[in-house]
Amino acid sequence: MRKQLGVDPIACTGHGLCAELLPELVTLDEWGYPILSDRPVPRGLEREARRAVTDCPALALKLGRAS
Amino acid sequence: MTYATAAPNLARTTVQPRIQPPPGGANGLPRLLPRQGAVPVDLRTHRERHGSPPYRGSSGRLIRVLQESGLTGRGGAAFPVHRKLAAVIEAGTKPIVIGNGAEGEPASDKDKALLWISPHLVLDGLQLAAEAVGSRAVGLYLHRNSRLQDRLRAALAERAAAGIDRAPVEIIDAPPRFLAGEESALASRADGGPALPRFKQPRVFERGVAGRPTLVQNVETLAHLALIARYGPGWFRSLGSAEEPGSMLCTVHQTDGTKDVVEAALGTPLWNLVDLEDSTAGGSGGSSPRANTAQAVLVGGYHGAWLPAWQAAQMTLSNASLRPTGGFVGAGVVVALPADRCGVAEAARVTRYLALESAGQCGPCFNGLPRIATVLDELAGSRPDPGALAAIRRWAGLVEGRGACHHPDGTVRFVRSALHVFAEEIDLHERGRCSARAVRPFLPLPADAPTTEADWS
Repeated sequence: MRKQLGVDPIACTGHGLCAELLPELVTLDEWGYPILSDRPVPRGLEREARRAVTDCPALALKLGRAS
Repeated sequence: MTYATAAPNLARTTVQPRIQPPPGGANGLPRLLPRQGAVPVDLRTHRERHGSPPYRGSSGRLIRVLQESGLTGRGGAAFPVHRKLAAVIEAGTKPIVIGNGAEGEPASDKDKALLWISPHLVLDGLQLAAEAVGSRAVGLYLHRNSRLQDRLRAALAERAAAGIDRAPVEIIDAPPRFLAGEESALASRADGGPALPRFKQPRVFERGVAGRPTLVQNVETLAHLALIARYGPGWFRSLGSAEEPGSMLCTVHQTDGTKDVVEAALGTPLWNLVDLEDSTAGGSGGSSPRANTAQAVLVGGYHGAWLPAWQAAQMTLSNASLRPTGGFVGAGVVVALPADRCGVAEAARVTRYLALESAGQCGPCFNGLPRIATVLDELAGSRPDPGALAAIRRWAGLVEGRGACHHPDGTVRFVRSALHVFAEEIDLHERGRCSARAVRPFLPLPADAPTTEADWS
């Protein structure tokens, strides 16, 4: 099953770690908040995506089922 | 605030009013407010007109009737009511039901008028919705307006004395904030916290107040529900269109600064609600428009969209008509902006207010809205920075869809439509001119809008 990144925008405090760990799917806006790719996580990046989720200091990044 | 002046202006509606909706297939208006309008309806008068709440005797049974009626939420989102009720039942046992009377939109008075004048229709609807989802835990969310709360407490006492309510109703305080009525903010407030929006997973109908499935319905929606339960879906559908049936309450602001709460059928031409006569005539003869001519119409309130007056004159009060232009009916706010005001300055004032009403919880909204407001303010002045328009457009794209609630999206809809509709005025400003001859603010804002963190509870 393909996964997709999501963010709880209230929990997110703009650390920006996700963009460092997963630049293929996450960029930062001019205020430092993540802009997520709307495509599902490619198979080759699933491990990096899981790491970004578990390492998020605010626990704001989520990995859910792709719609 | 008194509602003596909030009587529905029925002369403007397309359908001739009848005194009351008699059982069994009447049509016409008004449905929710009495014809004489300003007189609050007590329980005796209410029961003479409509009888007692038609309880079904078990949960679930009202849902099919509501599905056939096509009733959608009148708080702005127009979500099908039967689907929300069914989702709450499916989500689990011991649901909570809350009537949402928070009307933080400064340009809207219709919920306050309805609660003041026809409280028993709302309270009937609340009881019937509670029965429909099998709930005994019922609340009514009202602004901290002591007169309105006293009125509703008195109405609840009348009902308790008459023994017609099956579930006691608890009144919950809403702060005077724009977002107070947002569904997840309501759930947070009902849990004893601040009225701040929450992240929407799980949804309020799945796990809302006290972790229980929670049905939140706007008070006008409940009043329609109370009538549909009595007179049926066919009666409800005798007004409006097949896709958008029924009627809705609108708060209508005319160019002369007067306002009315009006009940109108969905699909009513906008020119029936606000005076667009001079714009539809099309033959102003090249002379400058009179101060009272509408230059633009705002539909859907401060999360809604502007239309040029000529285009509004071709539109109806329906999402089918408004959606292709980027607008929506929302909670029925319709404002005609007179020709002698600066639309850019009006939009800038409201955008500043909306930026201050951000809950400040989501980075893009917290950072983006104040910047948009500041540069829009600059556009409202003389010779703005040439990059101002592009900056607003970029920030609008950055905040859209990135909040926990719809506040950034609604604000962006309002701002983008203003940039489009007042483009000529912005051109004038860039050349150091402004067409406005009156500077007094037109769009209503709260005089003492709260701005501190303590003001969310």
